[in-house]
Amino acid sequence: MNIIVCVKQVIDPEAPPASFKIDAASNKAEMHGAPPVIDPYGEYAVEASLKIKEAKGGKVTVMSLGMNLLREVVKKPLAMGADELILLEDEAYTGGDGWSTANALAMAIKKIGKYDLIMCGREASDTNAGQTGAAIAEILGLPCIALVRKIDVADGKLKVEKVNSAGYDIIEVPLPTVLTVSNEIGQPRYPTIKGIMAAKKIEPVVWKPGDIGLEPSRLGAAGRRTKIRRLFQPVHEGKCELAEGENPEEMAVNLAMKLRVARIL
Amino acid sequence: MSDYKGVAVCCEVKGDKLMPIAVEGLGIGRKLANTLGQELSAVLVGSGIGSLAQSAIAYGADKVYVVDDPLLKDYQADACVNVMVKVVNQVKPQVIIMGQTDSGRDLAPRLAFRLGTAVTMDCVDLAIDPDSKRLLQTKPVYGGNAQAIFTTETDPQMVTIRTKAFTALEPDTSRKGEIINIAAGLDSSAIRTKILNRVVEEVAGIKIEDAQVVVAGGRGIGSAEGFKQLEELAKTLKGAVGASRPPCDNGWVPDTIQIGLTGKIIAPELYIAVAVSGSSQHMSGCSGSKTIIAINKDREANIFRQARFGVVGDWKKVLPAFTKKIKELIAS
Repeated sequence: MNIIVCVKQVIDPEAPPASFKIDAASNKAEMHGAPPVIDPYGEYAVEASLKIKEAKGGKVTVMSLGMNLLREVVKKPLAMGADELILLEDEAYTGGDGWSTANALAMAIKKIGKYDLIMCGREASDTNAGQTGAAIAEILGLPCIALVRKIDVADGKLKVEKVNSAGYDIIEVPLPTVLTVSNEIGQPRYPTIKGIMAAKKIEPVVWKPGDIGLEPSRLGAAGRRTKIRRLFQPVHEGKCELAEGENPEEMAVNLAMKLRVARIL
Repeated sequence: MSDYKGVAVCCEVKGDKLMPIAVEGLGIGRKLANTLGQELSAVLVGSGIGSLAQSAIAYGADKVYVVDDPLLKDYQADACVNVMVKVVNQVKPQVIIMGQTDSGRDLAPRLAFRLGTAVTMDCVDLAIDPDSKRLLQTKPVYGGNAQAIFTTETDPQMVTIRTKAFTALEPDTSRKGEIINIAAGLDSSAIRTKILNRVVEEVAGIKIEDAQVVVAGGRGIGSAEGFKQLEELAKTLKGAVGASRPPCDNGWVPDTIQIGLTGKIIAPELYIAVAVSGSSQHMSGCSGSKTIIAINKDREANIFRQARFGVVGDWKKVLPAFTKKIKELIAS
């Protein structure tokens, strides 16, 4: 199975909310004091791909689009066990929207040529858009099953468990296809020492827009259909009234009384 | 400009009624249509759903487009995208609103890109820009740490809306409207996926989306055993048990009760967060609650910034005493 996984370098979503700051001038955000990471759902997609590679053999190629991609960040999937890393790293790719990003990734996938499966995380932790998988599928004319938690491969077809709000569906889909995954797929493995050493030796391939035949009209800001007007943090008002007491049990009783007084219970 | 006009709301059906998110969509759709001075249409796609067209009119639609076909009984992307393209080409709405539901979040991006436009997902606010007359789309980003306002340059401008972010109109059964049937014209061979089985993972008791009281546990609960205490409190208050992501990832509770940006988004009257740190991802799922109460041993936990009442203490000691007192108060 030839699997292509799309990941993204993002500000660390697990850093404490208090260190999140917005630069109003550039409509960009940062996490003070926390280095960037691979987007968490992208890591789940890498994990899912590695599980399939272990079961069926094959190759896992990781792809990422962005600027200032830190090698120690984007190489993590290699350290986890992926085989190849392709970076779409160029200023020209940026300033776009979900569409222009997915289009660039799709053009790169076309250049790779041979693939059975394209995996994405369900959404990136910064945009929370959840469109890249569907967009790539639409551009390449492939099916896309989102929120997959279990993948079985047999006879050139996939049988997947797709999560929904009531439980799950078992769906059959032909290859090649796009899948997006969420945390139900299972915890991503930690890179091993062996994996980290191997990743050090792998040079990422960097493709510029010209390398993948991207027309300027579809590139970055020129290709976007969505514009961001404003980025802001909603203000949280209100104080928390803490129930006092000499010990936890007393505090608990006082809490219940407060709620009774406030007519909540 | 383009020849796209009007607001269209895709209305999903559950059982014999329009889904709450559908009528909430009609509510905001009506407002937007009024601001634009244009028509509001409802789009009903499914099997055996024709009788609900009148309900869509009562909730504010001027026109209802109905696509009724057995092949549309269960949502499948290929079928629904093809049908919606047909509808959009006929109706040419300038704005399309869908619910951020299991099918909506799947259909919206595919349809948007098939139509050569874009979609903004999980919107919590929608308005018309007075100068450009374009749709201003507000959605949470950075895991709920911030909000962003987007505009779409192309038509139709598509959005999905978050549950309970908007309000339905009071239904007016005297409202008149036009019902237009559109044939699905589906070729079953164009549907590439096959649903082999649909499994419902029943959680005993009241459904979390319907509960007025939710007792949620976080990583600090430590085990499946620990959640039994939350179940007891929930039962006492006639509510449901929820969880942040770590208990689900650890297998202590089923995934279906995960509350958060990528879990369930709920808005009960009362939300009791036990040993929940209150990450932005989680708060996205419960910040719509009327009252939030927090029990956590960490005074600096983010949950205390969002809760109205709380106790700083070990839940293992606080919760049993709290449940006991609540039982006493209810009995008296």
